[in-house]
Amino acid sequence: MLAYALRTLIKMVITLFAIVTLVFFATRLSGNPIDFVLGDGITREDRELLTTYYGLDGSVWTQYLRYLAAFVDGQFGLSFLERRPVADVVAERLWPTAQLILSATAFTLLVSIPLGILAALKRKSWVGSAVMTVAFLGLAVPNFVLATLLVLVFAYLLNWLPIVGNGTPAHFIMPTIALSGLLIAALTRFTRNAMLDVLSQDYMRTARAKGLKERRVILKHGLGNASITLLSVIGLQVAGLAAAGSVVIESIFAWPGIGQLLVRSAILRDYPVLQFGVLTVAIAVIVINAVIDIAYAYADPRIRLAKG
Amino acid sequence: MTAAPEAQPVLAVEGLKVAFGAHEAVKGLSFSIRAGETLALVGESGSGKSATALAILRLIEREGGRIAGGRILLGTGAEQIDLTALSDDALTDIRGDRVSMVFQEPMTSLNPVMTVGAQLAEVFIRHRGLSARAALEEARAGLDAVRIPDAQRRLVQYPHELSGGLRQRVMIAMALACRPDLLIADEPTTALDVTTQAEILDLIRSLQNEIGMGLLFITHDMGVVSEIADRVLVLRHGQAVEEAATAELFRAPQAAYSRALMEATPRLGSGSLTTPASATPVLTVRNLSTRFPVRKGFLRRLQGELHAVRTVSLSLNEGETLGLVGESGCGKSTLARSILRLVEPAEGRVDLAGRELTGKRLADLRPERRLAQMVFQDPFASLNPRLPVHELVTEPARIHGLIGEKDQKQLAADLVTRVGLEADCITRYPHQFSGGQRQRLCIARALSVRPKLIVADEAVSALDVSIARQVTDLMLDLQQREGMAFLFISHDIAVVERVSHRIAVMYGGEIVEMGATADILARPQHSYTRRLLAAVPSGKPGENRKDGRLREAVAPKLAFTRPGERLAQLPLVEVLPGHFVRAEAA
Repeated sequence: MLAYALRTLIKMVITLFAIVTLVFFATRLSGNPIDFVLGDGITREDRELLTTYYGLDGSVWTQYLRYLAAFVDGQFGLSFLERRPVADVVAERLWPTAQLILSATAFTLLVSIPLGILAALKRKSWVGSAVMTVAFLGLAVPNFVLATLLVLVFAYLLNWLPIVGNGTPAHFIMPTIALSGLLIAALTRFTRNAMLDVLSQDYMRTARAKGLKERRVILKHGLGNASITLLSVIGLQVAGLAAAGSVVIESIFAWPGIGQLLVRSAILRDYPVLQFGVLTVAIAVIVINAVIDIAYAYADPRIRLAKG
Repeated sequence: MTAAPEAQPVLAVEGLKVAFGAHEAVKGLSFSIRAGETLALVGESGSGKSATALAILRLIEREGGRIAGGRILLGTGAEQIDLTALSDDALTDIRGDRVSMVFQEPMTSLNPVMTVGAQLAEVFIRHRGLSARAALEEARAGLDAVRIPDAQRRLVQYPHELSGGLRQRVMIAMALACRPDLLIADEPTTALDVTTQAEILDLIRSLQNEIGMGLLFITHDMGVVSEIADRVLVLRHGQAVEEAATAELFRAPQAAYSRALMEATPRLGSGSLTTPASATPVLTVRNLSTRFPVRKGFLRRLQGELHAVRTVSLSLNEGETLGLVGESGCGKSTLARSILRLVEPAEGRVDLAGRELTGKRLADLRPERRLAQMVFQDPFASLNPRLPVHELVTEPARIHGLIGEKDQKQLAADLVTRVGLEADCITRYPHQFSGGQRQRLCIARALSVRPKLIVADEAVSALDVSIARQVTDLMLDLQQREGMAFLFISHDIAVVERVSHRIAVMYGGEIVEMGATADILARPQHSYTRRLLAAVPSGKPGENRKDGRLREAVAPKLAFTRPGERLAQLPLVEVLPGHFVRAEAA
């Protein structure tokens, strides 16, 4: 098990290096950012001064090596706009985003796992079909449409909920629902299929033949096995989609998180911040995946013991 | 094990009807079982025997069936209850406590993510209201009762860490946890090796003596019936064909169907092959060894090697069948695969029809592949469900360029008629065939390239005995007409006997005995051969208690060596002309 965790960790480091490299070259594709930020009214000397100051002189390769060296030192540069270290700019955005994603993930799990189990158990009645129809429709609604609808109904028409910011618990309701919509639809369908798969297994018949109550048969023996498949999806889909979705949702609700920061930095070409922000998100997704990977191996004794 | 005649029936089934949709699987079945008595419910796949078992536990509704009529009475007198009239809730109190069940597939019947201990303890917590700690203590006692060695360690193991035989013991421990009035055992030994089957049958019998429960034993195998049952009910198409005391049935079966079932049962001494084999060798194997590396830890460092096949030499002539016998894990399938280089052998030489298979690059081996074909165990998994029969059975011929697109249908029709199927079935798909018919298709596919050698790896082990008999008869017939050699692999020496000129017994990766079939059966020399022979049901009721010692479990373990370590091997001695026996350590 320890060896397995260690191997996962090493794979993680390799992936990180690839991302660091990719982010560097992707942001260099569009030329010298000084030109975009400062425009035409700049002297040649000032331009060169600034280019050197922000480490944008020399060939791409020397820049890349300097960039890597700075990384090792923990020097990530200054924000073009705020003139502060990018680490500080990004760091203060982390917690609001984490809060939003956690709240959306928790909401998704709480809604879709019971719904998925219900849909599997009642697959032959109208209840099952109704759940699956709603889930199917949910997949077709992009999260920005759902967000706009929520704002329209609960903020403008009913005036129940605040729209902008993250000041109170009430502020969480709409962004959480908007971010979860797609995830709930996807995870409900997945839970249903995983449960259907498990329900037809021989060991479920054994559990019933032992005289266990139906509740225990479903939750302990059924969900216990289905959760292994669910874990992998929660890791890949839920964490990934939530990260991607938060970019859109944060912009709509003016949520002071990383997503909003990324959009702003991209529009205003604040490359150091964009670079570091993308990197932070990538690291978060990779770390979550690695954790889920290890949890997955741990949850399934067949893998846990085989990987010794 | 025989119940006193005055013992009260623990179960009485009256006019039971079970239906799946419009199809009636059980059509008015009546029987009763007394305490301490064993009733065998015998029939082939589809006879309604499993439907009957699941109806008694009222689990049939879960499988899409329903009880369409009749009563299932548990107990006697004032306490008698009709299981067909009970609520779902009341039924859960009965299941696992008063009536319990052991299923056929020990590999899939246990929950893979719960420890053995937790699964056993669950029963005590549910029905006895024990605390988790007390239940686990009972679980350990339960494992002791089914004679699982080292019970304390097993409690925290997961099902995949146990062998099939041990898992079935866990299932039995679970079923007997609450000392039920009635145990239903649905083909509990069918998925097991004959040696393991013998152990499990012994175990069930002795626990029945101890607990005194009624036993409903479901099987298709008359050999097993002769070992365990007091009375037999023969079932066909959902109806009782014959009911009699076991001894009576075996002495004078009344119904023609009962006789047919009995004749199909492989029994020792039913005679070996007499068809002459030529003296031209088709296959020679010299000192073939296959080892699997065992790696562990972060760097996957080599820990050592597992010796699956150890310096095996054998030969096979045209028109000859060599039976290769041994238990699961003895290396017999690896040997077959190594011969065909589906697994890469470490050492040794294989010649097939005068061409050397070893020493050639794998990619250059295609012409030789035509000469040897394989038939596998599971006819459901070894046919592509998306291909129609005419494409399935001719695929090897097309791969080897023997036929073109337009000859396909004609060749397919010819092949299926040679294996005893109708020529017009070639447009159908695998799911439209029964297990036995599918195995015929697998044989037809092998025949399509006119091979010199057919390797049948447990090819009839997944079939009902009567169907297995038909398939082995087909192989014999094909051999007589077309003269190919067979390497016939099985765990059951009685099945092998009838089809083999010679037998090789494999144990722990080695051939421990090899010789003419009649010699091996009449004069077995190696202790393991004797153990294999003792495991075969005699088919004669009352003779089931053979030498008990021979039926004890001896796990055949493959040898393991650390890097640099050498493995000593005892010599193979020719005791009679053509009869070889491995020397045994004292």
